[in-house]
Amino acid sequence: MPTRVPRIAPSEITPPQVYFNRRTLLAGALAGAGSALLRAAELPPAAGAALAATANPRYSVGETPNKYQEITTYNNFYEFGTDKDSPSENAHTLRTRPWSVNVYGECEQRGTFDLEDLLKGQALEERVYRFRCVEAWSLVVPWVGFPLSNLLTRFQPNSRAKFVEFTTLLDPRQMPGQRVAVLPWPYVEGLRIDEAMHPLTLMVVGLYGRVLPNQDGAPLRLIVPWKYGFKSIKSIVKIGFTERQPRNTWNISVPNEYGFYANVNPKVDHPRWSQASERRIGAPFLAARRPTLPFNGYADEVASLYQGMDLRRYF
Amino acid sequence: MTVTERYRFVYKPLVFIASLLPLAWMICGVTGWFGASLGADPVKRLEHECGKTALNLLLLTLAVSPVRELAGLPQLLRLRRMLGLFVFFYAVVHFTIYLVLDLELNFRVLGADIVKRPYITIGFAALLMLIPLAVTSTNRMMRRLGRRWQRLHRLVYAIALLAVWHFYWQVKRDVREPLVYAGVLAVLLGYRVLRAQARRASAPQSVQGVNP
Repeated sequence: MPTRVPRIAPSEITPPQVYFNRRTLLAGALAGAGSALLRAAELPPAAGAALAATANPRYSVGETPNKYQEITTYNNFYEFGTDKDSPSENAHTLRTRPWSVNVYGECEQRGTFDLEDLLKGQALEERVYRFRCVEAWSLVVPWVGFPLSNLLTRFQPNSRAKFVEFTTLLDPRQMPGQRVAVLPWPYVEGLRIDEAMHPLTLMVVGLYGRVLPNQDGAPLRLIVPWKYGFKSIKSIVKIGFTERQPRNTWNISVPNEYGFYANVNPKVDHPRWSQASERRIGAPFLAARRPTLPFNGYADEVASLYQGMDLRRYF
Repeated sequence: MTVTERYRFVYKPLVFIASLLPLAWMICGVTGWFGASLGADPVKRLEHECGKTALNLLLLTLAVSPVRELAGLPQLLRLRRMLGLFVFFYAVVHFTIYLVLDLELNFRVLGADIVKRPYITIGFAALLMLIPLAVTSTNRMMRRLGRRWQRLHRLVYAIALLAVWHFYWQVKRDVREPLVYAGVLAVLLGYRVLRAQARRASAPQSVQGVNP
């Protein structure tokens, strides 16, 4: 198989030692965040430009994050093909600049916003989160982003805004996977407004201190760490505030297997496989399987959002 | 060299080596030899490669009879047993990887999977059904079982159906590849149905022909 050479001139590649912010490294040298930054030394030269982000030690999981290589070559991003390595091979066709996001629905500030405009004034932070795929594998990722609530409040949602709906770019020329009707395109996801405003919910623009690679959902993606990965929609071009619960792509596609909530729950199995345990990517042979935690380990923070709900029914 | 010798000394060894190539590739992937890589999730990759190799060889085994008849190569039959045994070999390795590397020898989960997960149930059933076929593949067993041997080995059709179904059911959404396998299997089984019908249709005629 021919290997694709990234279209980056050597002069464009920033030496990590130059761009890497050492003060950030020292400031964040606590628990997981510290190790995340230390392992950034393993970044390949083709990794994106450095971002000025401050490690947030409040959000670290005390586990060694996965390698950059693992996080950027093992992806589910069907817009670029259905194999795990398809996105890293095909996503170079995505143009992430210029990029704009259309904001619509139940809010005061509707309209189309340039990405730079949306990012202006948002303090970037690094958070190390667990990432649990519905397919029962998991990663630990040092994301760079800012709380989604910081962005949403800017649009001034009104009292009818009960849900937030997100849409991925639809462009089969840039996203060759969309030429095949594997899923109904474009990809759509949604959150309840309280889930969207939760401090754990992150708008992500980078990982390992670098600009997000295309295959990981550049230039703007969601991360909801207590939900299965498919909720964390990538390459977002639309954000809408709705009164009714939006239908999300996987739920439209296979309603008995994927729900709207998709909270990580070891007690509620997928119809075809168990969710009680997961395999950590990159872990050594025979030591990769571990029990899945309720709400992916974030139960203390988010379990109260679902008080009194039958989680078996609202899976 | 006679045709028989050619099969014995050339074709059979070649098929033997070719059937081991997927295994060799997987070993290279694990060890990193020749720059081979299994990607970020080597366990899943090994599991899938073994399963798919078993399925490929199974379809190849089922293709022997039709190709032999249509191309007029009766000696092709000499390759079938080896192909069949390689199907069994890769199926066992596939299952072993699932049990040891994927489930990490958690027999409780294995039991639950076999009972609760239909795609694992049928995959496991197919594996069990391969055992009697492998055991009775020797010349001695063929002689001992006589006519019953052929009847027993018709199990391979059920195994093939279960195996393709097992593949189809475990795919999350993109079923294009399992559908290709299903299509090939449909052709291979369809050929046998048509041939049996043709034989049945021609049988009374030949009886009449012999006894006018």
